[in-house]
Amino acid sequence: QAYNCLIHFYKRDFVMSGTYYFVIVGHNDNPLFEVEFSSSGREVRKDDHRHLNQFIAHAALDLVDEHMLRTPNMYLKIVDKFNEWFVSAFVTASRQRFIMLHDLKNEDGIKSFFSEMYETYIKQVMNPFYSINTPIKSVHFEKKAQFYGRKFLTG
Amino acid sequence: MSRPGSRLTDTKKVSGELFSLTYGALVAQIVKDYQSVEDVNKQLEKMGYNVGVRIIEDFLARTKEGKCADFRETAEKVQAAFKLYLNMSPTVTSWSAASDQFSLVFEANPIAEFVELPDNYADLQYSNILCGAIRGALEMVHIEVAAWFAQDNLKGDSVTELRVKFIRKVEDTVPAGDD
Repeated sequence: QAYNCLIHFYKRDFVMSGTYYFVIVGHNDNPLFEVEFSSSGREVRKDDHRHLNQFIAHAALDLVDEHMLRTPNMYLKIVDKFNEWFVSAFVTASRQRFIMLHDLKNEDGIKSFFSEMYETYIKQVMNPFYSINTPIKSVHFEKKAQFYGRKFLTG
Repeated sequence: MSRPGSRLTDTKKVSGELFSLTYGALVAQIVKDYQSVEDVNKQLEKMGYNVGVRIIEDFLARTKEGKCADFRETAEKVQAAFKLYLNMSPTVTSWSAASDQFSLVFEANPIAEFVELPDNYADLQYSNILCGAIRGALEMVHIEVAAWFAQDNLKGDSVTELRVKFIRKVEDTVPAGDD
């Protein structure tokens, strides 16, 4: 019986690990920025998961666009679900779509993360050398994403 | 008696952010137009020179001060001009032994507020317009100087340092344009 309990807890830990995939999608449905966070600290096999994550995010875009038109809010909360993945979305004033794939609800953390990344995105857009709808390669931007991911998502 | 004049002067003020964005758009456009970064630096310096030769008249009219007795006074005037036109307060430091070179040190550079230099433009002197302006303005009061950036926040330095070097006094000769 103790053995079964152990298995149960191990499974719970696995699910409660809290993995997040954040992507900014441009007007041409192209990814401008991607980053993954995982609180378990294990090295995620980026290539395998990245394709699936991109697929899920892409599939959710239509739903995001629908939700966007129905509400004045920028934060759209959960718009879609795929197996164990929730898809949350945030749309900026210029209709850039922030998508978050996550396996834990964490609504407050995700909302805060979106807001801070929105501020960071605005600063990025103000850079005269950055063209809108192109991939974001800025080291400063990546550092901010890592910082806020640790602060609001993985802890 | 109402003074509509005071309202007019206020509407001439422009937000600092708008100025930074305008300058940024200008630099980005010049970068697209010219192939080499060196050419861009030269263009920015030239533009600055054109601003400087004109703005000196306005500066002297506003400050109403007389001639500078020595280069140190010149440095103070340049410092005052930054405060007047850009609301920037650089410190004057690093005087050379012969008092012919000094530095203007800026903690932050407001015209480059949102700028991050891409890797292929690492040699770009983004604020070179300031160097040109100093050169142009001082040339109109018969002082020939060279101005350049010794340190730049955008390149990872902790401060932005603009170095000015006195070259010579320009004698009262016929201006270049008149033949």
